[in-house]
Amino acid sequence: MAASSRAQVLDLYRAMLRESKHFSAYNYRTYAVRRIRDAFRENKNVKDPVEIQALVNKAKRDLGIIRRQNAVKIAPTQRPRGIPPQSVRN
Amino acid sequence: MLLRTAWRRAAAAVPVSPGPNSTAPTRGLRLRVVDHATQSDVPSATATAPQAESELRPLYMDVQATTPLDPRVLDAMIPYLVNYYGNPHSRTHAYGWESEAAMEHARQQVASLIGADPREIIFTSGATESNNIAIKELESAIQPDTSLVSVMTVNNEIGVKQPIAEIGRICSSRKVYFHTDAAQAVGKIPLDVNDMKVDLMSISGHKIYGPKGVGAIYIRRRPRVRVEALQSGGGQERGMRSGTVPTPLVVGLGAACEVAQQEMEYDHKRISKLAERLTQKIMKSLPDVVMNGDPEHHYPGCINLSFAYVEGESLLMALKDVALSSGSACTSASLEPSYVLRAIGTDEDLAHSSIRFGIGRFTTEEEVDYTVEKCIHHVKRLREMSPLWEMVQDGIDLKSIKWTQH
Repeated sequence: MAASSRAQVLDLYRAMLRESKHFSAYNYRTYAVRRIRDAFRENKNVKDPVEIQALVNKAKRDLGIIRRQNAVKIAPTQRPRGIPPQSVRN
Repeated sequence: MLLRTAWRRAAAAVPVSPGPNSTAPTRGLRLRVVDHATQSDVPSATATAPQAESELRPLYMDVQATTPLDPRVLDAMIPYLVNYYGNPHSRTHAYGWESEAAMEHARQQVASLIGADPREIIFTSGATESNNIAIKELESAIQPDTSLVSVMTVNNEIGVKQPIAEIGRICSSRKVYFHTDAAQAVGKIPLDVNDMKVDLMSISGHKIYGPKGVGAIYIRRRPRVRVEALQSGGGQERGMRSGTVPTPLVVGLGAACEVAQQEMEYDHKRISKLAERLTQKIMKSLPDVVMNGDPEHHYPGCINLSFAYVEGESLLMALKDVALSSGSACTSASLEPSYVLRAIGTDEDLAHSSIRFGIGRFTTEEEVDYTVEKCIHHVKRLREMSPLWEMVQDGIDLKSIKWTQH
């Protein structure tokens, strides 16, 4: 299997950010968006295709986790008092 | 996907329970009743924005008391709560085998975080049980002069890091057993039981974004440390802790440890920055604020500040939008000042005005800024009301006053 291209990595990045915004809990939502951005930024200069593929695979697994956890909506949504809604900066 | 369908059915069947509408103010927690009509039963994977947040709750700044589950931990646990529900000690069928495999995998994850061998990890119900097992060891000592040293790795009230490696070296040279309660330290600072010469270590699940009700004790095998079981029964966990091992909980603990190992550096950097931001902002805007605990050997996520001339309980009540604590949660019912603060020589009046700010993996900059703003506002307001503060402003030395008895 050929190593993931730049376009595929960017698609994955966008998909992860999109899914993360569905977290109903403020703390999970902000953490996911922040962590994904920082992780992709930190690894942007990795050149080794084997390492890139390992990182991509891990990201795909994490995307699966985010999707499954967003399906768990049995807990009431919550927002910290005093923090306005839609406060995740793009 | 089979799992998602089953979970959706389960989710539709469980009614959303309203928070307790408490008349007596429980510290930091005032819930408004959730509006059931707006809750959709069927979670949609294509929902565009989060549902209207109909429930307002305080910010959570009390991570030393407990931590929320990391989503990755819950994801690891759910299969063992829903599908793979076998008893890990059942030897005769696949349900037992897969449950046992998960338990052993979790054991490996915990061991890897502290540099131990998986055979040295025994699952317990939490750090308190682990501490009791370790201390009971003292009573089952063979030689009359054998004793045990027990030290907290990171203090839960003021965040101070104890010199574990040095203590370990001394204990091993004197042939004395060394136990440490690492509940606040595991997954937050690097730990290695061999580098630190630790013989026994207590681990708590719910302090590291794992589930409540589970923990572990590390018991060194070489040289062998002998412990006596607290609870006897079917001989599980090498006879050291009988009782069916709760697979979903230990899977959660293992996942929490693995996530902590991966995220330790990132979390530490971010928490340090947020802690710096919090203390700098407060100290810049308010005079007479003291940080308790050695600033050099300090875990950044636990900040204990004393605000002179302000009573701690009244400040906590004023900061009702933020979940905070003053000192140890275990003794929160009593109004005694913290024994830790007293031990480090804090003045009695400063000990009564201490607040503990907890910063964790999920704490945001916004939450820190909001907490700082409210804290400054209320400290100023409470000081305005304080006659002691007035006297200090007039230049009177409070220590020189002779308070008369009436």
